[in-house]
Amino acid sequence: MGILEVKGVNKRFGGLKALSDVNLDIAEGSVHAIIGPNGAGKSTLLNCFVGRLEPDTGTVMFDGRSLLGIQPFEINQAGVSRVFQTPEIFADLNLLENVMIPAFARRDGSFKINGWMSVGDEAEIREEAMTMLAELGMDAKADHIAGQLSRGDKRRLELAMCLVQKPKLLLLDEPTAGMARADTNNTIDLLKQIAKRGITMVVIEHDMHVVFSLADRISVLAQGTVIVEDEPGKIKGNPKVQEAYLGGAHL
Amino acid sequence: MDAIILQVLNGLDKGSAYALIALGLTLIFGTLGVVNFAHGALFMLGAFCAVTLNGILRLSSESIDPSRTDFLGNPLKVKTPYVESWFGPEIGGAMIEWSVPLAILFAIPIMAAVGVAIERGLIKFFYKRAHADQILVTFGLAIVLQEIIKYFYGANPIPTPAPDAFTGSFDFGMLLGFDPGVIIYPYWRLVYFAFAALIIGGVFAFLQYTTFGMVVRAGMADRETVGLLGINIDRRFTIMFAIAACVAGLAGVMYAPINSPNYHMGMDFLVLSFVVVVVGGMGSLPGAVAAGFLLGILESFASMAQVVSLLPGINQIIIYLVAIIILLTRPRGLLGRKGVMEG
Amino acid sequence: MLGLNRRDALLFAIVIAITLFAPIILNPFPEGSELAQFNAGYPDLMQRFVIFGIFAIGFNILFGLTGYLSFGHAAFLGVGSYAGVWMMKLLTMNVVPAIIVSVIFAGLFSLLVGYISLRRSGIYFSILTLAFAQMSFALAYSVLTPITNGETGLQLALDDPRILGISQTADGSIPLTNFFGITMRDGFEIAMGGWLFTFNAGYYLCAIVMLIAFYVSIRIFRSPFGVMLKAVKSNQQRMLYTGLNPRPYTLAAFVISGMYAGLAGGLMVAMDPLAGAERMQWTASGEVVLMTILGGMGTLIGPVLGSGVIKYLENIFSKINDNILHQWFSFLPDGLEDFVVAIVYPFIGKGWHLTLGIVFMLVVIFLPGGIVEGGQRIAGLFKRKPPEDKNKTAAASAPSAAE
Repeated sequence: MGILEVKGVNKRFGGLKALSDVNLDIAEGSVHAIIGPNGAGKSTLLNCFVGRLEPDTGTVMFDGRSLLGIQPFEINQAGVSRVFQTPEIFADLNLLENVMIPAFARRDGSFKINGWMSVGDEAEIREEAMTMLAELGMDAKADHIAGQLSRGDKRRLELAMCLVQKPKLLLLDEPTAGMARADTNNTIDLLKQIAKRGITMVVIEHDMHVVFSLADRISVLAQGTVIVEDEPGKIKGNPKVQEAYLGGAHL
Repeated sequence: MDAIILQVLNGLDKGSAYALIALGLTLIFGTLGVVNFAHGALFMLGAFCAVTLNGILRLSSESIDPSRTDFLGNPLKVKTPYVESWFGPEIGGAMIEWSVPLAILFAIPIMAAVGVAIERGLIKFFYKRAHADQILVTFGLAIVLQEIIKYFYGANPIPTPAPDAFTGSFDFGMLLGFDPGVIIYPYWRLVYFAFAALIIGGVFAFLQYTTFGMVVRAGMADRETVGLLGINIDRRFTIMFAIAACVAGLAGVMYAPINSPNYHMGMDFLVLSFVVVVVGGMGSLPGAVAAGFLLGILESFASMAQVVSLLPGINQIIIYLVAIIILLTRPRGLLGRKGVMEG
Repeated sequence: MLGLNRRDALLFAIVIAITLFAPIILNPFPEGSELAQFNAGYPDLMQRFVIFGIFAIGFNILFGLTGYLSFGHAAFLGVGSYAGVWMMKLLTMNVVPAIIVSVIFAGLFSLLVGYISLRRSGIYFSILTLAFAQMSFALAYSVLTPITNGETGLQLALDDPRILGISQTADGSIPLTNFFGITMRDGFEIAMGGWLFTFNAGYYLCAIVMLIAFYVSIRIFRSPFGVMLKAVKSNQQRMLYTGLNPRPYTLAAFVISGMYAGLAGGLMVAMDPLAGAERMQWTASGEVVLMTILGGMGTLIGPVLGSGVIKYLENIFSKINDNILHQWFSFLPDGLEDFVVAIVYPFIGKGWHLTLGIVFMLVVIFLPGGIVEGGQRIAGLFKRKPPEDKNKTAAASAPSAAE
């Protein structure tokens, strides 16, 4: 019994079958990578976990509770945070506010009119947000406007926003896409540290270097279906995977 | 039955005006991606083109006719319009009488020039800015345009008659086998409807059958790709804006005899036309036209005595009510595309 | 002070000082002098400053923070006015119940309109609010005449019940609006040298209410709730995936701004007990948009400045006629004088709206942050870049007061 259980998920877009009978069982505290060629349905699958898309059939259970038919914010309140492929941040606000908002969301729930308290007096939340920024090396920029950050920094900020919520499950959609090698390695180290805290992670990634340094388990998605699921060591030699990726060439 | 036909007919002229304004709004929105709150003002400018030409043609020289006297016994002052003295009373008189249709020729270059000036001078700086900013700046422009007109023409409506040939009414009922006088309909409104149909047909044909139109349609479907193809979008944008301005202006010219133009007629029509565009589906040309006629006709049905006695005030709010219902049940309007103006 | 940080407290103190001393500050020119026409320190105009200030402060909580552009807020002001007059007709001429009821009714109406309109965003939202406002306007003119008295407008009458008061005074006239006995027209004048200052009870009531409204808006801006409203404007997707439901936040902002509008409507009728449908027309909604943008949307002080500037200029510009213009430019040679007057003339008097439209366009094009941004830019010219702030976190928690 994993923390995230996906059973028999199908999703069609018109005539196109995006996902067909996807089954996944993701163990608590593991790092699970989902890889596959372009158009295999990786992002579609992730969208089904956070309420952006609703599967046609199948079930998605998280921590014993169905994630289907509820709003994205309810899914997040249940403990699922997501990092997007293009960073979704509050571009007009400063970094501190960006990180405080998710912290408030965790403490106060999805809606609370707290119009009399000053943000400046929320010492606990501020402290937490600053610590999180410091952890990602961005505390010096706390009063910068988020929209002016570099792309790499925006990603780290988004990660900070997710982590400050102390999620049970963290979904990462290509966390290193478009990053330079050095940044990629930093991110890998960072994600490894996060994994050590026992946060379950599901990572979609193209960069095999990232996948093999992080993942405890890998699922390979091709044409909307999971063709192989195994440990990293065994994936590399698997002929089905090579078939799916390169039509037979070695990884 | 006769009542229904009458209401449909009654709805046509307002519906035509809505449809023409909404068509231009949609063209501008679809191609340029700009929400133009000044479009009603363009309609108003068109109406004042008719007023102006009418005024120019009536400019007269004053002379004294010694052979006639007024009731006090003084020699009678006679006003002779210059056009009559230049072209003779026959042609000159006809020109004055037909000033509204003539104003079409007068309005096209003016409206096109106004359109180009607005697009080059203002709108082009707002392509990349938020829709709220576009609304605000064009709202400001609308105020400026109507205040300018108010300055020159005053605040009162200016009657602008249709040619005598069209002043009467047409007995539609006779044609359909009803008693005479049951369904009568002013000729000019028929002309207006025919004119609107012609313009709408013309715009659609232009978009359908010319290369220019094809590019524009492609641009409405996917602006980025068309831009990437290296097609000079800028110039086409200007031309599209000018065309939309002309459509609104001509709608205004021909509307002048139906309701005497005043400086705030644009705003009155604008609010309703926006509702029409939203009901039709933002960015859909057929949607704009269909919704224009639909709402015009609906409005005239709601004004029937029987309906008003049943639901007092319904005639005042029907359009808004329909808009609210449609927006809530069909967020993209009747024929709207996905993803337009959302978020 | 009052739970505000230093900069906000300073700003609030300045606003308090200006508001309370407005009858003096706004009358800088001696009575009877050439320039006395530029004075603004008379009760009627000052009341308008603060009442429209309240309207704009409230509108800014919605538009400035969440970015939702409502074109129908005048409807709430109108509903507030009607409710206020009815209280005076039925209950008492004391303005307190009237104002409270105005706020409540406007709040309820905005809850209804907001609940429906906020199902859509962007321009669809703007059109929905516009549609609701136009509907209210049309109904107030026609079907609802028993409640609104149609075109004439709702007025007090000699035979109104006024359960807690008197229907008419001993001399057979309609009693005056009052605040626990102090009539709104009360006041006193002080003549100092050539100057004449009028201190009016009605103005001070409005001013104190405005100060409270302003204070509340500062608290909202600086609260976690305010940050959430800014988040609504910035990125609703991120909010959703961060476990926050944007809609109730936006609805709360909508209702708060609707209540501010109702408060403004209530004060209007407290000063002059007459409510007309034209207050609900969309041009009136457009006016509050103009005020907010001109002053600086999303800033604390902007809406107050914007409403003050617009109402002041409206008053001044409308008074100027060509005679006055000729006086001003009489130092020029004759031909030139006529020429200059001819050029300036369309922009003054009845042409005030033309000037307003042009100024508004210029602001949207060149100065999207309004007067506040203009002030900051000018200040920036004179001030060198501030030295690197060592305590960044302190700076982050205390955003600039003008922000």
